[in-house]
Amino acid sequence: MSDTIDRGFTANEMMTIAASRALKSDDVCFVGIGAPSAACNVARLTHAPDITLIYESGTIGTTPDVLPLSIGDGELCETAVTTVAVPEMFRYWLQGGRISIGFLGAAQLDKFGNINTTVIGDYAHPKTRLPGGGGAPEIATSSRQVYITMAQSKRGMVEKIDFFTSFGHGDGGDHRQRLGIDTAGPTLLITDLAIWKPDPVTKEFTVVSLHPGVAREQVQDSCGWVVKFAEALDETPAPTELELKTLRDLQARTKAAHQGTAKGKAA
Amino acid sequence: MVEFLPLKQAVAENLHDGDAVAFEGFTHLIPTAAAHEAIRQGFRELTLIRMTPDLIYDQMIGMGMAKKVVFSYVGNPGVGLLRRARDAIENGFPRAIEIEEHSHAGMANAYEAGAAGLPCAVFRGYRGAGLASVNPNIKSVTCPFTGEVLAAVPAIRPDVTFIHAQKADRKGNVLVEGIIGIQKEAVLAAKRAVVTVEEVVDNFDDLHPNLTVLPSWTIAAISVAPGGSHPSYTHGYYERDNAAYLEWDEIAADRDRFQTWMQKNVIESAADDFAARVEHLRKAA
Repeated sequence: MSDTIDRGFTANEMMTIAASRALKSDDVCFVGIGAPSAACNVARLTHAPDITLIYESGTIGTTPDVLPLSIGDGELCETAVTTVAVPEMFRYWLQGGRISIGFLGAAQLDKFGNINTTVIGDYAHPKTRLPGGGGAPEIATSSRQVYITMAQSKRGMVEKIDFFTSFGHGDGGDHRQRLGIDTAGPTLLITDLAIWKPDPVTKEFTVVSLHPGVAREQVQDSCGWVVKFAEALDETPAPTELELKTLRDLQARTKAAHQGTAKGKAA
Repeated sequence: MVEFLPLKQAVAENLHDGDAVAFEGFTHLIPTAAAHEAIRQGFRELTLIRMTPDLIYDQMIGMGMAKKVVFSYVGNPGVGLLRRARDAIENGFPRAIEIEEHSHAGMANAYEAGAAGLPCAVFRGYRGAGLASVNPNIKSVTCPFTGEVLAAVPAIRPDVTFIHAQKADRKGNVLVEGIIGIQKEAVLAAKRAVVTVEEVVDNFDDLHPNLTVLPSWTIAAISVAPGGSHPSYTHGYYERDNAAYLEWDEIAADRDRFQTWMQKNVIESAADDFAARVEHLRKAA
């Protein structure tokens, strides 16, 4: 795309790097696969070297050299501080309140940070059956905060999601508290176009920063609800050379590693 | 008493039509060789239980063996959707299947309750989650001490659990290492358990005392099946065949291509073929 030529980085790279910047060295982050995994590892390889990354396969404090294809690649275990059983992961570490950030992706998202990764259409007779929640329903309610990252599209960012896989702010306001959920829920959404934060009262996601070169109309045109913009709108700083190089090197190593296993495979 | 048996016999003696069966493995140590043997023997009306159904359940569903699937993530990890499972759920092909869907926390707690001999698991979960309204097995209980409302799900008690593990000693004790997932709970929750292993060693005398070892008397049968978790992996033996997971997405996308692949790689193959499939994934010594 001309995107890269114009700005020197792609929208997806900007998304991953903006997401990585939200993480700190003292965070204990429960990492969803895909975009969150890339962002978390860029954070670890740049400004947050001591961040604790946890994958639901039980690997705690993992430092993979390449991005895992699955949440249970051997690399995660080999580079972890310790690896625990899956029931222990969910009972002691997540339910026990040890996770500061749950980092999730989404197939379908609404303006209150509710996520659907279960079905498109009716649950009993789905138009498209998606993989489902996995660890996400409890990551969304037991992590102290939730960050969400996804590329924008009208299909993905919708007024009403088809299924509540992971509860965000429900109908907004104090809906979480009314359900007895005492964690903060989604506090940050990073897309390929902007950074969003929930309104302190309504909890509706509001654009607080546009990525370089992105216009308000682009954000609205790729979002299924009427977008609210903060009065003081920032521009997200462009990726630094170090951030871009770190991300691209990581992705190149990952690509080589995952394709490599096909070699020598019997026909 | 545990028996060392050829895989064909271990499967024939322990799995029956209509059983509730768990072939467990959380990305790691997936018992593919055992699952393929079950497919060759053509069992029917199975209730397939597993947190992450993955390729082997996609294959069993596609071959029409499943009556019901109990799961918490019906995807191809890191790749996307399971296309045979989708075809069954969306189109009833090759047959309609019942589903019972949980979260990982729900399934993990339910297995643990099964291993602990409890009737149900209690945990903080499913709050605001749509699953609680579509799965009648997700209920709630109130803590008698604090009044907190907690989720409750019935314990999982499979008729038989299959797992893959690194090694057994000659007495039939089994060592599981690396990402141990839900292996131990799935074995202890089941009425009987069958384990495939990479190898059998004389004894476990040199092992660290806190490693995960399943004593021989918790297992019905052990079969030696080198490479038996391919395209998953066995920590310390061979790596995950990520390319095969990517390739599966294409194979399973087409009903005919799926059948052709199954015929060649499962029906006309044997447990002994797995060793060659992982040769290129073994790390240089």
